[in-house]
Amino acid sequence: MAEQLLKVTSESGVHARPATKLINKASQYSSDLTIESNGKHANLKSIMGVMAMGIQQGAVVKVTARGSDEEDALTGIAEVFISEGLGEKQ
Amino acid sequence: MTEKIKGIAASAGIAIAKTFILRNPDLSFERKTVEDKEAEKKKLNDALDISKKELNEIKATAERELGKDKAEVFSAHLMFLSDPEFVGQIESKIDSDSLSAESALQDVSTFFIQTFESMSDNAYMRERAADVRDVSKRLLAHLLGVSFTSPASITEETVIIAEDLTPSDTAQLNRKYVKGFATNVGGRTSHSAIMSRSMEIPAVVGTKTVLEKAKDGETAIVDGLNGEVILDPTNEEIKAYSQKAAAYKEQQAEWKKLVNEPTKTKDGAHVILGANIGNPGDVTGVVNNGGEAIGLYRTEFLYMGRDQLPTEDEQFDAYKEVVEKMKGKPVVIRTLDIGGDKKLKYLPLPEEMNPFLGFRAIRLCLERQDIFRTQLRALLRASAFGKLRIMFPMIATINEFREAKKILLEEKDKLVAAGTKVSDDLQVGMMMEIPAAAVLADQFAKEADFFSIGTNDLIQYTMAADRMNEHVSYLYQPCNPSILRLVSHVIDAAHKEGHWAGMCGEMAGDATAIPLLLALGLDEFSMSATSILPARSQLLTLSQEELAKHKEAFLNLNTADEVLEYVKTKMK
Repeated sequence: MAEQLLKVTSESGVHARPATKLINKASQYSSDLTIESNGKHANLKSIMGVMAMGIQQGAVVKVTARGSDEEDALTGIAEVFISEGLGEKQ
Repeated sequence: MTEKIKGIAASAGIAIAKTFILRNPDLSFERKTVEDKEAEKKKLNDALDISKKELNEIKATAERELGKDKAEVFSAHLMFLSDPEFVGQIESKIDSDSLSAESALQDVSTFFIQTFESMSDNAYMRERAADVRDVSKRLLAHLLGVSFTSPASITEETVIIAEDLTPSDTAQLNRKYVKGFATNVGGRTSHSAIMSRSMEIPAVVGTKTVLEKAKDGETAIVDGLNGEVILDPTNEEIKAYSQKAAAYKEQQAEWKKLVNEPTKTKDGAHVILGANIGNPGDVTGVVNNGGEAIGLYRTEFLYMGRDQLPTEDEQFDAYKEVVEKMKGKPVVIRTLDIGGDKKLKYLPLPEEMNPFLGFRAIRLCLERQDIFRTQLRALLRASAFGKLRIMFPMIATINEFREAKKILLEEKDKLVAAGTKVSDDLQVGMMMEIPAAAVLADQFAKEADFFSIGTNDLIQYTMAADRMNEHVSYLYQPCNPSILRLVSHVIDAAHKEGHWAGMCGEMAGDATAIPLLLALGLDEFSMSATSILPARSQLLTLSQEELAKHKEAFLNLNTADEVLEYVKTKMK
């Protein structure tokens, strides 16, 4: 199991468009990916689950990966997170 | 019979055409359980497949009509239909509760819609509830075998009337035929409003009743300038609005040419046209409208709608984003103006008899220095990334200004000592909104680098009239000679010390006031972003030197009405 903390700096939080990119990326890996913030968690391959968390600017999220490509998955997710302007590594 | 309905002006312009009423299809069904769960899941999968196929087509149309960016929302819709939680929960409800596919879908979509809608402090997420509703409706229609009217079937010039327009409705609008739309629900930030502005289709939303009152195929006028819909207009009305529409179109084309032009008057005087903003996201609109500065960045929105104070880093990020996006153009950032009408739930303030005359803005900041110093540090750090100017609100006395500036300089020294980069060209100014300060402007000008006249408050304090109280609202008179004399005094005082004076109230963007302010020598006009181009176009036709000759005359008139009459007849 591997973990990565990310801080959301985007003004609109994790909204539909960048969330879509995150989910697309997550779906490329075979590992199970979950996202956790403020006591809520969701399957990172589910746009509905992620959006329902309502992650807002300032939030720190924990991404957890379990599986054969877990390290790669975390690196990939963090890259999308940063390139989509959602935030930065914590 | 002609009927006029008021709504919210969501997208500027005027459309006159026959109505096309977009009704919601009948998607009612009886909630039931089923025996054959596998058949039900197959039905669900078939409906998912057809919906995906349709959405792919809509997405392709949207990319053509609206651009890739706007079509992205349909990628999200497509993902909803392949979503492991969404589809998974529907399937598991069919499995565990033996529910029909329709009933299971309804339960699951209701759950997500309610979740998104309950995010009450996040308008963007609330709008996503509309996306779930939209995609669920499509799926449900296919489960029920119901087809619905599609805006894509419109082949003549129309004005669309609907309860609301879903994102997929909007994406199917053919600009060649759809001249405007009016809806019952929605506000300026609803999806349909945002889309209508980007497609430049005149729109009025939030009318509450237009769908009930409109008849299919009758003529309607959508006035997106005034937020009005006129159903079955008279010939005179059609004629008048046609002229108004043509004039607006011509004007718009003219304005657009001025986006990259400097603001110069006929006689070559240069004034700065800036914009007032509340969020870093607003800067795009300022740039697109050719703003030469941010004349007022209200920082209180950073503090509102949350449970605790914003951190120094959060503030730094927001300020830095704004100055960077403005690429070296000046950005005036006002320090926290809270208290009175604007309260924070995590900052308990005593109830007051007259909150506008009470514990707020700089008065609060000088007492709560922890809050003030945090903001000042964030501002100072951001100042290294562009042309940032700091402005204190509600200054009444010289001592208040000195105290605020002293605290600022203390924080600056600490940052510099710690090796943090701070701009060496930092201007520190103040709002001129309290008459006591305006009267003493000549003294203030020796200590402040600039003034920005906040007319909304200056007028209510000078007239001693709360502008929200309808009984005394007639006293809100920007052009009263008393106000103009104060404004004139403030500008002269700034100039005498070699400083600039701006204005960031409603008055700065008012076409009637602009000639007066130019005559008084105002250097910077700050207004809402969409007013910039109209103001620039007006300023091009005015001569500062000519107008200045009228200064003594209008400052010596007796009433606001006399001033208004004088501007109209003599100051063009």
